[in-house]
Amino acid sequence: MKSGGSLSIWLFIGFSLLVNGVLIFGAGVYEVFHPPMEKVVLFHLHANVWWGGILAVIGAAYCIYFAPGKGRV
Amino acid sequence: MTLLLASETSSRLVHLSPVDLVIIVFYFALVLAIGFYLKGRSNTGEDFFMAGREMTAWIAGLSFLSANLGALELMGWAGAAYQYGILAAHWYWIGAIPAMLFLALVMMPFYYISKTHSVPGYLKLRFGESSRALSSVSFAFMTVLMSGINMYSMALVLKIVLGWNINFSIIVSSATVAIYVTLGGLRSAIFNEVLQFILIWAGALLIPILGLIDAGGWSGLKARIATNASAEYTHLWSTLGRFDGNPMGIHWTGIVFGLGAIISFGYWTTDFLVVQRVLAAKDLRSAKMAPIIGAGFKMIVPFIVILPGLLAIAVLPMKLTGEAQAIATGGHSYNEVLPLMLARYCGPGLLGLGITALIAGFMSGMAGNVSAFTTVWTYDIYRALIKKNGSDVHYVNMGRWSTVVGVIISVGTAYLVMDFKSIMDYVQALFSFFIAPLFGTVILGMLWKRATSKGGFWGLLAGTLSSIGMWAWVKVDPTALRYVALSPHARDMAENMYRALWSWVICVLVTVVVSMLTAPKPESELKGLVYGVTEIPSEGDVSVFQRPWFWASVVGASLVAVNIFFW
Repeated sequence: MKSGGSLSIWLFIGFSLLVNGVLIFGAGVYEVFHPPMEKVVLFHLHANVWWGGILAVIGAAYCIYFAPGKGRV
Repeated sequence: MTLLLASETSSRLVHLSPVDLVIIVFYFALVLAIGFYLKGRSNTGEDFFMAGREMTAWIAGLSFLSANLGALELMGWAGAAYQYGILAAHWYWIGAIPAMLFLALVMMPFYYISKTHSVPGYLKLRFGESSRALSSVSFAFMTVLMSGINMYSMALVLKIVLGWNINFSIIVSSATVAIYVTLGGLRSAIFNEVLQFILIWAGALLIPILGLIDAGGWSGLKARIATNASAEYTHLWSTLGRFDGNPMGIHWTGIVFGLGAIISFGYWTTDFLVVQRVLAAKDLRSAKMAPIIGAGFKMIVPFIVILPGLLAIAVLPMKLTGEAQAIATGGHSYNEVLPLMLARYCGPGLLGLGITALIAGFMSGMAGNVSAFTTVWTYDIYRALIKKNGSDVHYVNMGRWSTVVGVIISVGTAYLVMDFKSIMDYVQALFSFFIAPLFGTVILGMLWKRATSKGGFWGLLAGTLSSIGMWAWVKVDPTALRYVALSPHARDMAENMYRALWSWVICVLVTVVVSMLTAPKPESELKGLVYGVTEIPSEGDVSVFQRPWFWASVVGASLVAVNIFFW
């Protein structure tokens, strides 16, 4: 990353969604196998698993599409 | 840091897991990284203050909306929806969309063609230095105050929700905003606002989705609200026939003429905080498309702000109250709706992202205020009144310093608000003092070539003073409410709507009368500034799907549809 370069803002957003998605997905999978004592409402839907997965997939797609060198802004 | 974090943990609403903290720290690291990355692209005044005027319509449009998604928006309107029901959605639909479309199609060409750096800068070109001085000083004052309120609101939320020390929250958030705006100027603010906008949606969207499942869908939600509160809470227009027929104590005339016609048009078309983002667009078509894209997203923001408030009425086991009563009884206040709903549905990771969404909202609002203050201070106050012939580098340095000073003043304002909490109540009133008459001055300047410099100045001054006068009148004599707001049953919100309407009318009347008595500018000096003497550049040979009017029609039709659906 060089100062004054031309990385797209969408690359930063993709990276953010990817990292957050992976972290949330991982936390959700851990909870599936180690259910907490105090569960949130609708725990059985495992929202952090599928929501984390969705964010990670969208983030990865943005990272690939707006990767440096492709000229997309 | 750990000590500061742990210093007030006894009364926290939620408990964060390590993964939640990692997500929050990652957010702060990323916004700072963007600031450092963009440092090399903010060396000239055009770069630092106008982001090089090279933003695409999407980036300018999302930033335009994100700058508005501050503390009062996210926390305040979710609480207002719990308190007033779906009536709060008026501030997102009739109270925003028509004005945003008007800005795009009618006003943007004049802002953009004149190549002004700011709204006060447009007033200088159209009406002269005195109008610019009046509007820039009032705007700078209002902006740092709003920024401080935003900061205090965030710190208060983090204290209530997470038990974080209030000084720690203020120092960390303000230092972060100061660093990334000082380094990268408007471009950094805009880039971070787009990131913050996406994170707000990623973090907040699950609440209405899970809430609707929990409540049994829309019909189940309405049934529960009818039981827990009143069926009126889910009607947008049908209860507005009488002041005492709805929880807000407002009449439809106040919503249509006060909010929809004046406050909304004033804010979305003349508040430089939002207009600045559109001025950074790369060409006129992008500048016209940006507010339309913003309007499209604005229309669905109630899904993550208003709907959680309504869902809270249906599903929360406790009854929320006003701030004072909550403190006295140890209960929860209206403003805690979003954190309470987050705590209800979000486990580890999701909770961290939800809290990040709230912090992102606060920071985007604060950065918006600070970057707008910096531009108005440097171009419209410092360069216009203090040092007229400085170099471009000198003004960029002044911009960087004024960013830091603006943040410091905001911090001071935040602490002032802590000691004098009633100031929070005056924010909306302050807004109506300056924005409503400013809209009268700008719109007459753009659409009526006969408006003169003296007419513009005296109209703006009379509108502002009359608005302050009406507010003081009601404070001194509460029975005056029946004259200002047309009913003794009107509440604070209704009073603001009508006061804005009258101050706009007074501004317009004074401008017209004074203009008719004074000499107008020759038409040659009005080119690029006024409708009728300005040639609007063609949008080029583009398809109908690329034309602003087409998408404005789609958004306008959608606005009519949602209002009928929720009638």
